[in-house]
Amino acid sequence: MALLAFVLTLMLMLLLVIVVVYAERKVAAFMQDRLGPTEAGPEGTLQPMLDVLKLLQKEDIIPTAADKKLFAIAPILIFAAVFAGFAVVPLSPTLVPAGIGIGVFYLLAIISLDVIGLLMAGWGSNNKYAMLGAMRSVAQIVSYEIPAGLAILAVVMVCQSLDFQEISYQQGVLMNQFLGLERESNWLFGIEALGINTTYIGGVTTWNIFRVPIMFVAFIIYFIASLAECNRAPFDIPEAESELVAGFHVEYSGFRFAVFFLAEYAMMVLVCLVAVILFLGSWNTALPNLGPLRLADWTTGTIGSWTAILWGGFWLISKTLVLLFVQLWARWTYPRLRVDQLMYLCWKVLTPIALGVVLLAGIWRLLM
Amino acid sequence: MLFYIFALLAILSAAYLVLTRNLLYAGFSLLVTLLSVAGIYVLLFADFVAVVQLMVYVGGVLVLILFGIMLSSRVHDKSVLSESVNKGWGISIALLLLVGLVYSIGQTSFNTLPWLQGNADDVLGLQKSTVQSIGIKLMTDFVLPFEVASLLLLIALMGAAYIATDKPKV
Repeated sequence: MALLAFVLTLMLMLLLVIVVVYAERKVAAFMQDRLGPTEAGPEGTLQPMLDVLKLLQKEDIIPTAADKKLFAIAPILIFAAVFAGFAVVPLSPTLVPAGIGIGVFYLLAIISLDVIGLLMAGWGSNNKYAMLGAMRSVAQIVSYEIPAGLAILAVVMVCQSLDFQEISYQQGVLMNQFLGLERESNWLFGIEALGINTTYIGGVTTWNIFRVPIMFVAFIIYFIASLAECNRAPFDIPEAESELVAGFHVEYSGFRFAVFFLAEYAMMVLVCLVAVILFLGSWNTALPNLGPLRLADWTTGTIGSWTAILWGGFWLISKTLVLLFVQLWARWTYPRLRVDQLMYLCWKVLTPIALGVVLLAGIWRLLM
Repeated sequence: MLFYIFALLAILSAAYLVLTRNLLYAGFSLLVTLLSVAGIYVLLFADFVAVVQLMVYVGGVLVLILFGIMLSSRVHDKSVLSESVNKGWGISIALLLLVGLVYSIGQTSFNTLPWLQGNADDVLGLQKSTVQSIGIKLMTDFVLPFEVASLLLLIALMGAAYIATDKPKV
Protein backbone atom coordinates (compact mmCIF):
# COMPACT_ATOMS: atom_id res chain seq x y z
CA MET A 1 0.00 0.00 0.00
CA ALA A 2 2.75 2.39 0.97
CA LEU A 3 4.58 1.67 -2.27
CA LEU A 4 1.41 2.23 -4.30
CA ALA A 5 0.80 5.57 -2.59
CA PHE A 6 4.42 6.52 -3.27
CA VAL A 7 4.21 5.69 -6.97
CA LEU A 8 0.80 7.36 -7.42
CA THR A 9 1.91 10.55 -5.68
CA LEU A 10 5.12 10.64 -7.71
CA MET A 11 3.17 10.17 -10.95
CA LEU A 12 0.70 12.89 -10.03
CA MET A 13 3.50 15.27 -9.11
CA LEU A 14 5.43 14.62 -12.34
CA LEU A 15 2.27 15.04 -14.41
CA LEU A 16 1.41 18.36 -12.77
CA VAL A 17 5.02 19.56 -13.10
CA ILE A 18 5.08 18.76 -16.82
CA VAL A 19 1.79 20.59 -17.30
CA VAL A 20 3.15 23.61 -15.41
CA VAL A 21 6.42 23.67 -17.35
CA TYR A 22 4.48 23.67 -20.62
CA ALA A 23 2.01 26.22 -19.29
CA GLU A 24 4.84 28.49 -18.19
CA ARG A 25 6.19 28.68 -21.75
CA LYS A 26 2.77 29.20 -23.27
CA VAL A 27 1.59 31.73 -20.66
CA ALA A 28 4.86 33.65 -20.90
CA ALA A 29 4.47 33.74 -24.66
CA PHE A 30 0.87 34.89 -24.36
CA MET A 31 1.79 37.66 -21.90
CA GLN A 32 4.54 38.89 -24.23
CA ASP A 33 2.46 38.50 -27.40
CA ARG A 34 4.56 35.62 -28.77
CA LEU A 35 3.61 32.08 -29.80
CA GLY A 36 5.79 29.99 -27.48
CA PRO A 37 6.72 26.41 -28.42
CA THR A 38 4.93 25.26 -31.55
CA GLU A 39 7.16 22.68 -33.24
CA ALA A 40 7.34 19.60 -30.97
CA GLY A 41 4.00 17.81 -31.02
CA PRO A 42 0.63 19.51 -31.47
CA GLU A 43 0.89 23.12 -30.22
CA GLY A 44 4.32 22.24 -28.80
CA THR A 45 2.92 19.96 -26.10
CA LEU A 46 5.89 17.59 -26.26
CA GLN A 47 8.32 20.42 -25.46
CA PRO A 48 8.65 19.70 -21.69
CA MET A 49 9.36 15.97 -22.32
CA LEU A 50 12.02 16.87 -24.87
CA ASP A 51 13.53 19.36 -22.41
CA VAL A 52 13.84 16.58 -19.85
CA LEU A 53 15.32 14.18 -22.42
CA LYS A 54 17.87 16.81 -23.42
CA LEU A 55 18.87 17.44 -19.80
CA LEU A 56 19.25 13.70 -19.12
CA GLN A 57 21.64 13.29 -22.06
CA LYS A 58 23.95 16.07 -20.97
CA GLU A 59 27.33 15.48 -19.40
CA ASP A 60 27.34 15.45 -15.60
CA ILE A 61 29.83 18.17 -14.69
CA ILE A 62 31.16 18.58 -11.16
CA PRO A 63 33.50 21.57 -10.82
CA THR A 64 37.01 20.61 -9.62
CA ALA A 65 36.94 23.11 -6.78
CA ALA A 66 33.46 22.06 -5.61
CA ASP A 67 32.84 20.07 -2.45
CA LYS A 68 31.88 16.88 -4.27
CA LYS A 69 29.88 15.19 -1.53
CA LEU A 70 27.73 18.21 -0.68
CA PHE A 71 27.41 19.05 -4.37
CA ALA A 72 25.97 15.60 -5.07
CA ILE A 73 23.65 15.36 -2.05
CA ALA A 74 22.07 18.82 -2.30
CA PRO A 75 19.65 18.24 -5.23
CA ILE A 76 18.50 14.94 -3.73
CA LEU A 77 17.86 16.54 -0.34
CA ILE A 78 15.88 19.42 -1.85
CA PHE A 79 13.76 17.09 -3.95
CA ALA A 80 13.19 14.69 -1.03
CA ALA A 81 12.05 17.56 1.20
CA VAL A 82 9.52 18.81 -1.33
CA PHE A 83 8.31 15.32 -2.23
CA ALA A 84 7.90 14.41 1.44
CA GLY A 85 5.44 17.29 1.68
CA PHE A 86 3.18 15.62 -0.88
CA ALA A 87 2.72 12.65 1.46
CA VAL A 88 0.05 14.37 3.55
CA VAL A 89 -1.94 16.00 0.74
CA PRO A 90 -5.42 14.46 0.46
CA LEU A 91 -6.51 13.91 -3.15
CA SER A 92 -10.15 12.96 -2.61
CA PRO A 93 -12.51 12.13 0.29
CA THR A 94 -11.00 8.67 0.68
CA LEU A 95 -7.62 8.94 -1.01
CA VAL A 96 -4.73 10.33 1.01
CA PRO A 97 -1.17 8.95 0.90
CA ALA A 98 -0.55 9.40 4.65
CA GLY A 99 -3.50 10.65 6.67
CA ILE A 100 -1.61 11.66 9.80
CA GLY A 101 -3.34 13.74 12.44
CA ILE A 102 -0.81 16.58 12.39
CA GLY A 103 -0.42 16.87 8.63
CA VAL A 104 -0.40 20.69 8.44
CA PHE A 105 2.33 21.00 11.04
CA TYR A 106 4.35 18.20 9.44
CA LEU A 107 4.17 19.92 6.07
CA LEU A 108 5.46 23.20 7.49
CA ALA A 109 8.32 21.38 9.20
CA ILE A 110 9.38 19.16 6.32
CA ILE A 111 9.45 22.07 3.88
CA SER A 112 12.09 23.71 6.07
CA LEU A 113 14.48 20.87 5.12
CA ASP A 114 14.54 22.51 1.70
CA VAL A 115 16.54 25.38 3.21
CA ILE A 116 19.33 23.03 4.32
CA GLY A 117 19.54 21.65 0.79
CA LEU A 118 19.84 25.16 -0.63
CA LEU A 119 22.67 25.99 1.76
CA MET A 120 24.41 22.73 0.79
CA ALA A 121 24.10 23.53 -2.90
CA GLY A 122 25.35 27.07 -2.46
CA TRP A 123 28.31 26.07 -0.33
CA GLY A 124 29.14 22.91 -2.25
CA SER A 125 29.37 24.74 -5.56
CA ASN A 126 32.23 26.88 -4.23
CA ASN A 127 31.11 29.78 -6.37
CA LYS A 128 30.39 33.28 -5.16
CA TYR A 129 27.17 33.63 -7.16
CA ALA A 130 25.90 30.31 -5.86
CA MET A 131 26.77 31.26 -2.29
CA LEU A 132 25.08 34.65 -2.55
CA GLY A 133 22.03 33.08 -4.14
CA ALA A 134 21.77 30.44 -1.43
CA MET A 135 22.14 33.04 1.34
CA ARG A 136 19.48 35.26 -0.19
CA SER A 137 17.20 32.32 -0.77
CA VAL A 138 17.50 31.04 2.79
CA ALA A 139 17.02 34.49 4.31
CA GLN A 140 13.94 34.96 2.16
CA ILE A 141 12.42 31.55 2.87
CA VAL A 142 13.04 31.74 6.63
CA SER A 143 11.48 35.22 6.78
CA TYR A 144 8.44 34.40 4.69
CA GLU A 145 7.75 31.23 6.66
CA ILE A 146 6.47 33.52 9.43
CA PRO A 147 3.54 35.22 7.62
CA ALA A 148 2.75 31.95 5.82
CA GLY A 149 2.78 30.06 9.12
CA LEU A 150 0.56 32.68 10.78
CA ALA A 151 -1.95 32.55 7.92
CA ILE A 152 -2.05 28.77 8.22
CA LEU A 153 -2.41 29.11 12.00
CA ALA A 154 -5.53 31.22 11.46
CA VAL A 155 -7.05 28.38 9.41
CA VAL A 156 -6.06 25.82 12.01
CA MET A 157 -7.71 27.92 14.74
CA VAL A 158 -10.95 28.15 12.81
CA CYS A 159 -10.97 24.47 11.80
CA GLN A 160 -9.69 23.22 15.17
CA SER A 161 -7.63 20.59 13.42
CA LEU A 162 -4.15 19.94 12.06
CA ASP A 163 -5.43 17.16 9.82
CA PHE A 164 -5.68 18.11 6.13
CA GLN A 165 -8.47 15.59 5.58
CA GLU A 166 -10.57 16.95 8.46
CA ILE A 167 -10.08 20.52 7.20
CA SER A 168 -11.17 19.31 3.75
CA TYR A 169 -14.32 17.64 5.02
CA GLN A 170 -15.31 20.78 6.94
CA GLN A 171 -15.50 22.74 3.71
CA GLY A 172 -18.24 20.83 1.92
CA VAL A 173 -21.48 18.89 1.96
CA LEU A 174 -19.78 15.71 3.18
CA MET A 175 -18.83 17.26 6.53
CA ASN A 176 -21.11 15.11 8.69
CA GLN A 177 -19.66 11.93 7.20
CA PHE A 178 -16.26 12.53 8.81
CA LEU A 179 -15.62 10.67 12.05
CA GLY A 180 -15.89 13.26 14.83
CA LEU A 181 -17.75 15.93 12.83
CA GLU A 182 -21.19 14.25 12.80
CA ARG A 183 -22.86 16.96 14.87
CA GLU A 184 -21.10 20.00 13.40
CA SER A 185 -22.82 22.42 11.09
CA ASN A 186 -21.71 25.30 8.86
CA TRP A 187 -23.37 28.70 9.05
CA LEU A 188 -23.35 31.44 6.44
CA PHE A 189 -20.17 33.53 6.97
CA GLY A 190 -19.57 31.37 10.04
CA ILE A 191 -21.99 33.43 12.13
CA GLU A 192 -24.50 31.21 13.88
CA ALA A 193 -26.67 34.20 14.84
CA LEU A 194 -27.61 34.75 11.18
CA GLY A 195 -29.43 31.42 11.36
CA ILE A 196 -28.69 30.31 7.79
CA ASN A 197 -27.42 26.75 7.85
CA THR A 198 -25.15 26.03 4.89
CA THR A 199 -24.14 22.50 5.89
CA TYR A 200 -26.18 20.92 3.10
CA ILE A 201 -25.83 23.81 0.65
CA GLY A 202 -22.10 23.28 0.29
CA GLY A 203 -20.25 24.61 -2.73
CA VAL A 204 -18.43 27.91 -2.34
CA THR A 205 -20.55 28.83 0.68
CA THR A 206 -18.61 26.39 2.85
CA TRP A 207 -15.11 27.10 1.55
CA ASN A 208 -12.94 28.58 4.22
CA ILE A 209 -12.62 31.96 2.49
CA PHE A 210 -16.42 32.18 2.42
CA ARG A 211 -17.48 30.58 5.66
CA VAL A 212 -15.02 32.79 7.57
CA PRO A 213 -14.55 35.86 5.35
CA ILE A 214 -11.45 37.02 7.28
CA MET A 215 -9.75 33.97 5.72
CA PHE A 216 -9.67 35.83 2.44
CA VAL A 217 -7.01 38.14 3.89
CA ALA A 218 -5.16 35.12 5.24
CA PHE A 219 -5.34 33.53 1.79
CA ILE A 220 -3.79 36.57 0.11
CA ILE A 221 -1.01 36.66 2.74
CA TYR A 222 -0.35 32.95 2.33
CA PHE A 223 -0.30 33.21 -1.45
CA ILE A 224 2.23 36.09 -1.45
CA ALA A 225 4.40 34.33 1.12
CA SER A 226 4.24 31.08 -0.82
CA LEU A 227 5.49 32.85 -3.94
CA ALA A 228 8.50 33.94 -1.92
CA GLU A 229 8.99 30.45 -0.48
CA CYS A 230 9.34 28.89 -3.91
CA ASN A 231 11.60 31.70 -5.13
CA ARG A 232 9.15 32.77 -7.79
CA ALA A 233 8.98 36.22 -9.34
CA PRO A 234 8.44 38.88 -8.08
CA PHE A 235 10.49 37.32 -5.25
CA ASP A 236 13.16 35.66 -7.39
CA ILE A 237 16.15 37.63 -6.14
CA PRO A 238 17.96 34.37 -5.20
CA GLU A 239 18.05 33.45 -8.87
CA ALA A 240 18.12 36.93 -10.35
CA GLU A 241 19.64 36.21 -13.77
CA SER A 242 20.79 39.77 -14.31
CA GLU A 243 22.91 39.94 -11.14
CA LEU A 244 23.59 36.38 -9.92
CA VAL A 245 23.52 34.45 -13.24
CA ALA A 246 21.29 31.71 -11.79
CA GLY A 247 21.79 31.80 -8.03
CA PHE A 248 22.40 28.64 -6.07
CA HIS A 249 22.17 26.27 -9.05
CA VAL A 250 24.59 28.16 -11.29
CA GLU A 251 27.13 25.30 -11.29
CA TYR A 252 24.65 22.50 -11.84
CA SER A 253 24.07 20.89 -15.22
CA GLY A 254 22.44 17.86 -16.78
CA PHE A 255 20.55 15.50 -14.53
CA ARG A 256 21.33 17.37 -11.31
CA PHE A 257 19.96 20.57 -12.78
CA ALA A 258 16.87 18.66 -13.89
CA VAL A 259 16.34 17.58 -10.26
CA PHE A 260 16.57 21.20 -9.08
CA PHE A 261 14.17 22.26 -11.78
CA LEU A 262 11.77 19.49 -10.84
CA ALA A 263 11.97 20.35 -7.14
CA GLU A 264 11.28 24.01 -7.86
CA TYR A 265 8.19 23.29 -9.92
CA ALA A 266 7.05 20.59 -7.48
CA MET A 267 7.31 23.20 -4.72
CA MET A 268 5.07 25.54 -6.72
CA VAL A 269 2.52 22.75 -7.14
CA LEU A 270 2.74 21.86 -3.46
CA VAL A 271 2.17 25.39 -2.14
CA CYS A 272 -0.79 25.79 -4.50
CA LEU A 273 -2.25 22.46 -3.38
CA VAL A 274 -1.92 23.57 0.24
CA ALA A 275 -3.56 26.92 -0.54
CA VAL A 276 -6.46 25.13 -2.22
CA ILE A 277 -6.89 22.68 0.66
CA LEU A 278 -6.72 25.27 3.40
CA PHE A 279 -8.65 28.13 1.83
CA LEU A 280 -10.44 27.16 -1.36
CA GLY A 281 -12.46 24.16 -0.31
CA SER A 282 -9.95 21.38 -1.00
CA TRP A 283 -11.53 18.61 -3.13
CA ASN A 284 -15.04 19.97 -2.57
CA THR A 285 -17.18 21.10 -5.45
CA ALA A 286 -17.60 24.78 -6.24
CA LEU A 287 -21.31 24.44 -7.06
CA PRO A 288 -23.84 24.83 -4.20
CA ASN A 289 -27.11 22.96 -3.76
CA LEU A 290 -29.86 25.38 -4.78
CA GLY A 291 -33.25 24.05 -3.78
CA PRO A 292 -34.14 21.12 -6.07
CA LEU A 293 -30.99 21.72 -8.13
CA ARG A 294 -28.65 19.43 -6.16
CA LEU A 295 -25.56 20.72 -7.98
CA ALA A 296 -23.22 20.05 -5.07
CA ASP A 297 -24.44 16.48 -4.58
CA TRP A 298 -24.26 15.74 -8.30
CA THR A 299 -20.69 16.99 -8.56
CA THR A 300 -19.43 15.31 -5.38
CA GLY A 301 -20.23 11.64 -5.90
CA THR A 302 -20.75 9.11 -3.12
CA ILE A 303 -17.99 8.22 -0.68
CA GLY A 304 -16.56 4.79 -1.28
CA SER A 305 -17.23 4.71 -5.01
CA TRP A 306 -15.10 5.85 -7.94
CA THR A 307 -17.28 8.91 -8.51
CA ALA A 308 -16.11 10.54 -5.27
CA ILE A 309 -12.44 9.93 -6.12
CA LEU A 310 -12.78 11.23 -9.67
CA TRP A 311 -14.82 14.32 -8.72
CA GLY A 312 -12.53 15.05 -5.77
CA GLY A 313 -9.41 14.78 -7.89
CA PHE A 314 -10.99 16.87 -10.62
CA TRP A 315 -11.92 19.75 -8.31
CA LEU A 316 -8.65 19.71 -6.37
CA ILE A 317 -6.47 19.67 -9.45
CA SER A 318 -8.47 22.20 -11.44
CA LYS A 319 -8.43 24.67 -8.54
CA THR A 320 -4.69 24.09 -8.15
CA LEU A 321 -4.12 24.75 -11.83
CA VAL A 322 -6.00 28.05 -11.55
CA LEU A 323 -3.72 29.13 -8.69
CA LEU A 324 -0.65 27.99 -10.64
CA PHE A 325 -1.84 30.13 -13.54
CA VAL A 326 -1.96 33.11 -11.16
CA GLN A 327 1.65 32.35 -10.15
CA LEU A 328 2.75 32.38 -13.79
CA TRP A 329 0.72 35.50 -14.45
CA ALA A 330 2.45 37.29 -11.56
CA ARG A 331 5.86 36.16 -12.79
CA TRP A 332 5.44 37.57 -16.26
CA THR A 333 3.80 40.85 -15.27
CA TYR A 334 5.62 42.06 -12.16
CA PRO A 335 9.23 43.29 -11.87
CA ARG A 336 11.54 41.82 -9.26
CA LEU A 337 11.64 43.33 -5.76
CA ARG A 338 14.84 44.70 -4.22
CA VAL A 339 16.16 42.97 -1.09
CA ASP A 340 15.09 45.81 1.21
CA GLN A 341 11.62 45.96 -0.36
CA LEU A 342 11.37 42.19 0.10
CA MET A 343 12.16 42.39 3.80
CA TYR A 344 9.94 45.46 4.26
CA LEU A 345 7.00 43.62 2.75
CA CYS A 346 7.57 40.58 4.95
CA TRP A 347 8.26 42.14 8.34
CA LYS A 348 6.37 45.43 8.24
CA VAL A 349 3.37 44.58 6.10
CA LEU A 350 2.56 40.90 5.95
CA THR A 351 3.56 39.83 9.46
CA PRO A 352 1.55 42.51 11.36
CA ILE A 353 -1.53 41.90 9.17
CA ALA A 354 -1.15 38.15 9.66
CA LEU A 355 -1.00 38.64 13.45
CA GLY A 356 -4.21 40.69 13.27
CA VAL A 357 -5.85 37.97 11.18
CA VAL A 358 -4.92 35.33 13.75
CA LEU A 359 -6.59 37.42 16.48
CA LEU A 360 -9.72 38.00 14.39
CA ALA A 361 -9.88 34.32 13.45
CA GLY A 362 -9.91 33.45 17.15
CA ILE A 363 -12.78 35.87 17.77
CA TRP A 364 -14.65 34.57 14.71
CA ARG A 365 -14.37 31.06 16.02
CA LEU A 366 -16.38 32.14 19.06
CA LEU A 367 -19.27 33.15 16.78
CA MET A 368 -19.37 29.80 14.96
CA MET B 1 13.31 -3.12 12.58
CA LEU B 2 12.70 0.55 11.74
CA PHE B 3 13.85 1.45 15.22
CA TYR B 4 17.24 -0.20 14.70
CA ILE B 5 17.74 1.60 11.39
CA PHE B 6 16.99 4.98 12.97
CA ALA B 7 19.07 4.19 16.05
CA LEU B 8 22.05 3.10 13.95
CA LEU B 9 21.79 6.23 11.80
CA ALA B 10 21.54 8.44 14.86
CA ILE B 11 24.59 6.87 16.51
CA LEU B 12 26.73 6.85 13.37
CA SER B 13 25.93 10.44 12.46
CA ALA B 14 26.42 11.60 16.04
CA ALA B 15 29.81 9.87 16.15
CA TYR B 16 30.77 11.51 12.86
CA LEU B 17 29.58 14.83 14.25
CA VAL B 18 31.94 14.52 17.19
CA LEU B 19 34.91 13.07 15.33
CA THR B 20 35.03 15.18 12.19
CA ARG B 21 37.16 18.30 12.25
CA ASN B 22 35.28 20.09 9.50
CA LEU B 23 32.63 22.18 11.25
CA LEU B 24 30.39 22.35 8.21
CA TYR B 25 30.28 18.57 7.83
CA ALA B 26 29.53 18.36 11.54
CA GLY B 27 26.55 20.67 10.96
CA PHE B 28 25.22 18.52 8.15
CA SER B 29 25.65 15.31 10.09
CA LEU B 30 23.71 16.94 12.93
CA LEU B 31 20.87 17.08 10.40
CA VAL B 32 20.95 13.29 10.01
CA THR B 33 21.05 12.86 13.78
CA LEU B 34 18.04 15.12 14.30
CA LEU B 35 16.07 13.40 11.54
CA SER B 36 16.78 9.92 12.96
CA VAL B 37 15.81 11.03 16.46
CA ALA B 38 12.57 12.45 15.01
CA GLY B 39 11.97 9.04 13.44
CA ILE B 40 12.45 7.38 16.82
CA TYR B 41 9.95 9.83 18.37
CA VAL B 42 7.39 8.81 15.77
CA LEU B 43 7.94 5.14 16.62
CA LEU B 44 7.24 6.05 20.26
CA PHE B 45 3.86 7.60 19.24
CA ALA B 46 5.17 11.09 19.98
CA ASP B 47 4.39 12.49 16.53
CA PHE B 48 3.94 16.05 17.76
CA VAL B 49 7.33 16.05 19.49
CA ALA B 50 8.91 14.65 16.32
CA VAL B 51 7.52 17.43 14.16
CA VAL B 52 8.39 20.10 16.71
CA GLN B 53 11.92 18.71 16.65
CA LEU B 54 12.03 19.14 12.86
CA MET B 55 10.49 22.59 13.01
CA VAL B 56 12.62 24.04 15.80
CA TYR B 57 15.94 22.25 15.41
CA VAL B 58 16.16 21.57 11.68
CA GLY B 59 14.24 24.59 10.46
CA GLY B 60 15.59 27.02 13.03
CA VAL B 61 18.63 26.11 15.08
CA LEU B 62 20.48 24.10 12.42
CA VAL B 63 19.98 26.77 9.75
CA LEU B 64 21.30 29.33 12.20
CA ILE B 65 24.36 27.17 12.97
CA LEU B 66 25.08 26.61 9.26
CA PHE B 67 24.67 30.30 8.53
CA GLY B 68 27.06 31.11 11.35
CA ILE B 69 29.67 28.66 10.08
CA MET B 70 29.38 29.80 6.48
CA LEU B 71 29.57 33.49 7.28
CA SER B 72 32.47 33.15 9.69
CA SER B 73 34.57 30.69 7.70
CA ARG B 74 37.97 31.79 6.49
CA VAL B 75 38.02 34.73 8.86
CA HIS B 76 41.78 34.61 9.31
CA ASP B 77 42.37 33.07 5.89
CA LYS B 78 41.92 29.50 7.03
CA SER B 79 38.80 27.36 6.93
CA VAL B 80 36.98 26.61 10.14
CA LEU B 81 38.20 23.47 11.85
CA SER B 82 37.34 22.40 15.35
CA GLU B 83 40.19 21.81 17.77
CA SER B 84 40.19 19.67 20.85
CA VAL B 85 40.34 21.76 23.97
CA ASN B 86 39.35 21.23 27.62
CA LYS B 87 40.06 17.51 27.46
CA GLY B 88 39.89 16.93 31.22
CA TRP B 89 36.53 18.64 31.70
CA GLY B 90 35.11 17.07 28.59
CA ILE B 91 36.03 13.54 29.59
CA SER B 92 34.74 13.95 33.13
CA ILE B 93 31.39 15.39 31.99
CA ALA B 94 31.04 12.62 29.39
CA LEU B 95 31.74 10.00 32.07
CA LEU B 96 29.20 11.55 34.46
CA LEU B 97 26.59 11.56 31.68
CA LEU B 98 27.38 7.93 30.91
CA VAL B 99 26.88 6.98 34.58
CA GLY B 100 23.57 8.84 34.67
CA LEU B 101 22.34 7.23 31.47
CA VAL B 102 23.38 3.71 32.53
CA TYR B 103 21.61 4.24 35.84
CA SER B 104 18.38 5.42 34.22
CA ILE B 105 18.47 2.63 31.64
CA GLY B 106 18.92 0.20 34.52
CA GLN B 107 15.73 1.59 36.09
CA THR B 108 13.67 0.69 33.00
CA SER B 109 10.93 -1.82 33.49
CA PHE B 110 11.14 -4.04 30.47
CA ASN B 111 7.69 -5.46 31.20
CA THR B 112 6.21 -2.48 29.36
CA LEU B 113 7.98 -3.38 26.13
CA PRO B 114 4.96 -5.19 24.58
CA TRP B 115 2.95 -2.02 25.19
CA LEU B 116 5.37 -0.04 23.09
CA GLN B 117 5.43 -2.62 20.34
CA GLY B 118 1.63 -2.76 20.11
CA ASN B 119 -0.58 -0.96 17.64
CA ALA B 120 -1.06 2.80 17.58
CA ASP B 121 -4.71 2.22 18.51
CA ASP B 122 -3.73 0.57 21.80
CA VAL B 123 -1.74 3.60 22.90
CA LEU B 124 -3.53 6.56 21.39
CA GLY B 125 -7.08 5.23 21.56
CA LEU B 126 -9.59 7.07 19.37
CA GLN B 127 -7.61 10.27 18.96
CA LYS B 128 -5.38 10.38 15.93
CA SER B 129 -2.47 12.26 17.47
CA THR B 130 -1.20 13.52 20.80
CA VAL B 131 -1.93 17.18 20.00
CA GLN B 132 -5.21 17.39 21.93
CA SER B 133 -3.82 15.95 25.13
CA ILE B 134 -0.65 18.07 24.90
CA GLY B 135 -2.77 21.19 24.41
CA ILE B 136 -5.00 20.42 27.37
CA LYS B 137 -2.01 19.66 29.60
CA LEU B 138 -0.27 22.87 28.58
CA MET B 139 -3.31 24.96 29.47
CA THR B 140 -4.03 23.21 32.77
CA ASP B 141 -1.29 21.33 34.65
CA PHE B 142 1.71 23.01 33.03
CA VAL B 143 0.41 26.49 32.40
CA LEU B 144 3.01 28.22 34.60
CA PRO B 145 6.13 26.71 32.95
CA PHE B 146 4.50 27.32 29.58
CA GLU B 147 3.97 31.01 30.30
CA VAL B 148 7.44 31.37 31.83
CA ALA B 149 8.94 29.85 28.67
CA SER B 150 7.02 32.31 26.49
CA LEU B 151 8.24 35.18 28.67
CA LEU B 152 11.81 33.94 28.26
CA LEU B 153 11.39 33.85 24.48
CA LEU B 154 9.97 37.37 24.52
CA ILE B 155 12.98 38.60 26.50
CA ALA B 156 15.32 36.90 24.05
CA LEU B 157 13.49 38.54 21.16
CA MET B 158 13.75 41.98 22.72
CA GLY B 159 17.41 41.41 23.52
CA ALA B 160 18.13 40.41 19.93
CA ALA B 161 16.30 43.46 18.62
CA TYR B 162 18.25 45.68 21.03
CA ILE B 163 21.61 44.23 20.00
CA ALA B 164 20.73 44.62 16.32
CA THR B 165 19.65 48.29 16.51
CA ASP B 166 22.08 51.01 15.52
CA LYS B 167 23.15 52.80 18.64
CA PRO B 168 23.18 56.58 18.30
CA LYS B 169 26.74 57.85 18.39
CA VAL B 170 27.33 59.87 21.55
